Amino acid sequence: MFGLLKQTLTNLLSSPATRGYPANTRPDFAGARGHLDMDPAICIYCGACSKRCPTKAITVSREPKEWKLEVGRCIVCGHCVEICPKKCMWLDTRHGLANDSVLDARSGDSKRNP
Amino acid sequence: MATQSLIPFGPQHPVFPEPLQLRLVLEDEKVVEALPALGYVHRGLEKIAQQKDILQDVYLVERVCGICSFIHSVTYCRGVETLMGITVPDRARFLRVVWSEMSRLHSHLLWLGLMADSFGFENLFMQAFRLREKVLDLMEATGGNRVIMSSCCIGGVRRDLTPDLIKMVRTTLDEVERELEPIIITMRDDYTVQQRTVGVGRLTKEEAYELGAVGPVARGCGIQMDFRTTGYEAYGDLNFKPVVFEGGDCYARCKVRLYEMPQSITLMKEALDKLPEGPLAVPVKGNPDGEAISRCEQPRGEVIYYLRANNTRNLERLRIRTPTFANLAPLLKMLPGCQLADVPVIVLAIDPCISCTER
Amino acid sequence: MAVNLPDLTDLTVDTIGDAVAEKRRTGWRFVTMTCVDRGDGLDLMYHFDKEYRLVTLRLKIAHGQAVPSMSGVYFAAAVIENEVKDMFGVPFTNLAIDFGGRFLLTESAPKAPQCREGSGIDMRLKQPAESQPTGGN
Repeated sequence: MFGLLKQTLTNLLSSPATRGYPANTRPDFAGARGHLDMDPAICIYCGACSKRCPTKAITVSREPKEWKLEVGRCIVCGHCVEICPKKCMWLDTRHGLANDSVLDARSGDSKRNP
Repeated sequence: MATQSLIPFGPQHPVFPEPLQLRLVLEDEKVVEALPALGYVHRGLEKIAQQKDILQDVYLVERVCGICSFIHSVTYCRGVETLMGITVPDRARFLRVVWSEMSRLHSHLLWLGLMADSFGFENLFMQAFRLREKVLDLMEATGGNRVIMSSCCIGGVRRDLTPDLIKMVRTTLDEVERELEPIIITMRDDYTVQQRTVGVGRLTKEEAYELGAVGPVARGCGIQMDFRTTGYEAYGDLNFKPVVFEGGDCYARCKVRLYEMPQSITLMKEALDKLPEGPLAVPVKGNPDGEAISRCEQPRGEVIYYLRANNTRNLERLRIRTPTFANLAPLLKMLPGCQLADVPVIVLAIDPCISCTER
Repeated sequence: MAVNLPDLTDLTVDTIGDAVAEKRRTGWRFVTMTCVDRGDGLDLMYHFDKEYRLVTLRLKIAHGQAVPSMSGVYFAAAVIENEVKDMFGVPFTNLAIDFGGRFLLTESAPKAPQCREGSGIDMRLKQPAESQPTGGN
């Protein structure tokens, strides 16, 4: 009958188990898959990622050079990261909201490298 | 004369993790008949699987279920590897076992919380979910995401466990094992838990076998049925014995899952000890052709995949039979004759995963 | 070089009932039933298991051909036969529990959606890509 009594008393006398978010955030794990990011300077706009994406979230066009991602459709699987011939995409750890602005990249803008 | 009434149990009910409607015909408080009404989460995944090619199907198949997702992808990848004649490297086999057992542990902890909640033991529900957060952190650190890890691919695995990660896994597993002990002891020995679960939802061994029960529902009736004894992936290299209890009631099924949790932790530690060096995956070339069946042991029982391919990049047919689908027939047999207050206990004792059932 | 299923036996609509009853008598467990649309007909496959060995009984039928139900022999077959009835339109006779085509699908769902042609999802996929519904909006 008193099996969990020790746990209950510990819970009463210790600090809350939850952290005070957003004042106190948890550092992301190194390998976590949060959102997709790419470097438009390296991209050659071949369209391989767009053909192979399981949810058809990426649209690529050659004329004009355009790479668009529908963030709400992306399942952050990392398939495009693996098959890109120039390795211009990576998965970042911070989870983004699905209604963030569509990630739009044009040639000439260079973003930070991982 | 007893009055008969028809009560819809579900689809929205606080104890169900997923929508399932049971139409119960009651005489006063006793259930006389039960009819299920499914279809609330049917997504037509088997049809979508034919539209996508075999590499994209891995991501589709993981999303059949949000609790047992990794083992779905393992079963699918094993099926395609049989069709294409691919042998998976040893390191990948052991890593698949580590992640499968992690999946099983988090699934059983979720079940434990919900089971306790079904008869009102909310304290244990909270403790089980808090402990589960540690396992989910492990899954995020090693696999990338809390539940849908996307770590398995055709030909092997996509991610590796570095020595730092292995150390973190071992430390967390020790913590989980320590904190799991009082929970298991309470759930097994508490007087109230036994009053609510012993003798409820009885099935004899022959009935369970005839009705096609799988997983802890069958092992709680004394049937020795656990697909991991065939030694697929790396289970043949580990010391594994199925956990079987006699009794045939909800208490025996609870005990099976309670004892499978420390067993998962032991299997994970053993697999990490025996982890060999080597490549993570072999490349996939060509198209699959023919028919294949692959089976694995999910937390809820045996899952079976049937694949048919016709030498193109897309599969012609992908058929998934999940364990909860097989356990629906025993559930319909267990419900008549019980009290209304026992219905949530019985339904949760089969660990229903309706999104798996309906795909 | 096609991979074949091990332990596969072909039967007809007349012999399937006796074969399934024989399996029940000799202690085999009913695992599941698979239906595949071949294009010119349907393949119904019954899978049985005993001590981790799987055997399959295959039945080749035409679209819409009636098949006797196995739910008198194995009650678990009633659940899967209702699903196949919904998805492929196979009319099973003598079902133990008959949902009448409403096990998983509603009235407004396309008929026999997992058959190859002529069902809602296939018609919609034939339309040009611009008129396809997109997500994330």
